[in-house]
Amino acid sequence: MADALHTSEARIVAASRVQDMVFAVLGITVLLMAMAVLATLVADLMSDGLARIDQQFLTSFPSRRPESAGILSAWVGTTLIMLVTAFLAIPLGVGAGIYLEEYAPKHWMTDVIEINVSNLAGVPSIIYGLLALGFFVYGLGMGQTILVGGMVLALLILPIVIVATREAVRSVPSGLRESAYGVGCNRWQVVWRYVLPAARPGILTGAIVGLSRAIGETAPIITIGALTFIAFLPPSPIQATAPFVNFDWLNSPFTVMPIQMFNWISRPQAGFHVNAAATGLLLLLMTLVMNGFAIFLRYHLRRSLRS
Amino acid sequence: MTAQSDDLTFEALRSSTVLRRGRILARTMSVVLFACAVISVLITTAIIWVLVSESWVFFRQVPLLTFLTDTQWTPVFTNARYGVLPLLTATLWAAGIAMAVATPLGLVLSVYLSEFARPRFREILKPILELLAAVPTVVFGYFALIFLTPLAKQFIPGLSGFNLLVPGFVMGIMILPYVVSISEDAMRAVPMSLREGAFALGMSRWRTAFSVVIPGAFSGVTAAYLLAFSRAVGETMVVAIAAGQNPNLTSDPREGAATITAYIVQMSLGDLPHGSLAYATIFATGLVLFAITLAFNVLGFFLRRRFREAY
Repeated sequence: MADALHTSEARIVAASRVQDMVFAVLGITVLLMAMAVLATLVADLMSDGLARIDQQFLTSFPSRRPESAGILSAWVGTTLIMLVTAFLAIPLGVGAGIYLEEYAPKHWMTDVIEINVSNLAGVPSIIYGLLALGFFVYGLGMGQTILVGGMVLALLILPIVIVATREAVRSVPSGLRESAYGVGCNRWQVVWRYVLPAARPGILTGAIVGLSRAIGETAPIITIGALTFIAFLPPSPIQATAPFVNFDWLNSPFTVMPIQMFNWISRPQAGFHVNAAATGLLLLLMTLVMNGFAIFLRYHLRRSLRS
Repeated sequence: MTAQSDDLTFEALRSSTVLRRGRILARTMSVVLFACAVISVLITTAIIWVLVSESWVFFRQVPLLTFLTDTQWTPVFTNARYGVLPLLTATLWAAGIAMAVATPLGLVLSVYLSEFARPRFREILKPILELLAAVPTVVFGYFALIFLTPLAKQFIPGLSGFNLLVPGFVMGIMILPYVVSISEDAMRAVPMSLREGAFALGMSRWRTAFSVVIPGAFSGVTAAYLLAFSRAVGETMVVAIAAGQNPNLTSDPREGAATITAYIVQMSLGDLPHGSLAYATIFATGLVLFAITLAFNVLGFFLRRRFREAY
């Protein structure tokens, strides 16, 4: 009797083990599949475009002939746009995040802001493009400039920066705040001198992830009507005469790397597809490096919090 | 009492310049920070205002009923027809295919990560999955059109050079990390005691996952799928590149068809005179897109909040 019970128990345990094993194998298979897609994508871009990346490619303007075309105006445009985006999105997003965590009273207004931020994170990027087209380009008459491009991408990544800031601020131990209040700091002093420095790595991680998203974003920039063929550079931000900085570049027309890539994909000649692959490879490299750095920061942060 | 300590009375402290400056700064900053938070609300308001006001021209000339029921979308033809159905069905086809890929894979992967993988292994796997989400969508579009479509043509007879199937599949892989991260969060929020109860009854990990953890995390897992669907509906570059730009009311995903987003991209590439009917069409279709994604996002938000409150 007791033996029979034991064997049936043993059978259940054995069957469970098998089931679990099968599922674990299934899980790993799916994971490997996803990784395989990523690996194939990278391998495909490399085999198509790696050989195309040389000095000529980086220092030439777009051209009708694929072998003499390059991405000079595109990477300069991407760099300048990212400057504007970072300059706008980081202060705004960090400010909003701090308000929601440290200041916001519990009432309906806060709720509205919160639902709103989480909804903004889900608004398709092309809708931001329509907003910028209707409001900045035509409503305010700003035209298709670097400033508008940077603004639309800043709006797009704002929710990412806000959410990252909130998480970073929330993870600052409350003992730190209480002791600062205890020695007579007011709320702003607590935030500026103690909370923000402690939350800095987390905020930085969010900002980098947001900017890496903005670098690859194509749709909103196309929607505002950015040109695809730009054979000149915007005026330099630095000049030899006083006051040494120059903001004319903000009002310059521009193109960016994802748009240049899209433009080359939609042409029939295979030579342009090679250019597109090379541009895609550089884009991918930039986003992967930025994300890798963000992951490293987060990992580092977790270790330093633990110790 | 000496004169020195007299200086440190409460009154003296209150009127000290240093402290007063500090108070003024603190007050200013609380207003500034509030303004930052309010800007996010203004963005939503501006989006709705722009979409509605700019598509006003369109709806004055095309009745809403025609827009929603006509089966042809030919806004630049001389005999123009304005039925959003071809764009809408293509959008739903592509998003539906993406969900057909992401739902089973996402479920298996999130159960695996939350219930099976060792913590250390999981810490390595999750960032790698995030890298998949970091790939620019235009790169995914290139991959779908130049690499995957020619490959898929060898296995699927009748597949066009532009089709809904391949970009749908690529979008499914693209939204996978998103599905996994939300539904895994929900699963890990299920209390350990529920699992332990199931283990004590002799259930395997696998059975525990499917009869205890998933039902327990149901609202969060559902939210993950709603949010992912909304993301697939709004995805632009993959479909604009690989699904073609030809409005086509079709029930065959092997054919190419323009989605709403692809249409907006196509029109934006040309020269659109501000205030023209063609210009208004991209806002009218954008409004439809925004309405769909908003509905799914809000639903997803409340479901997600529910699972957070449940435990």
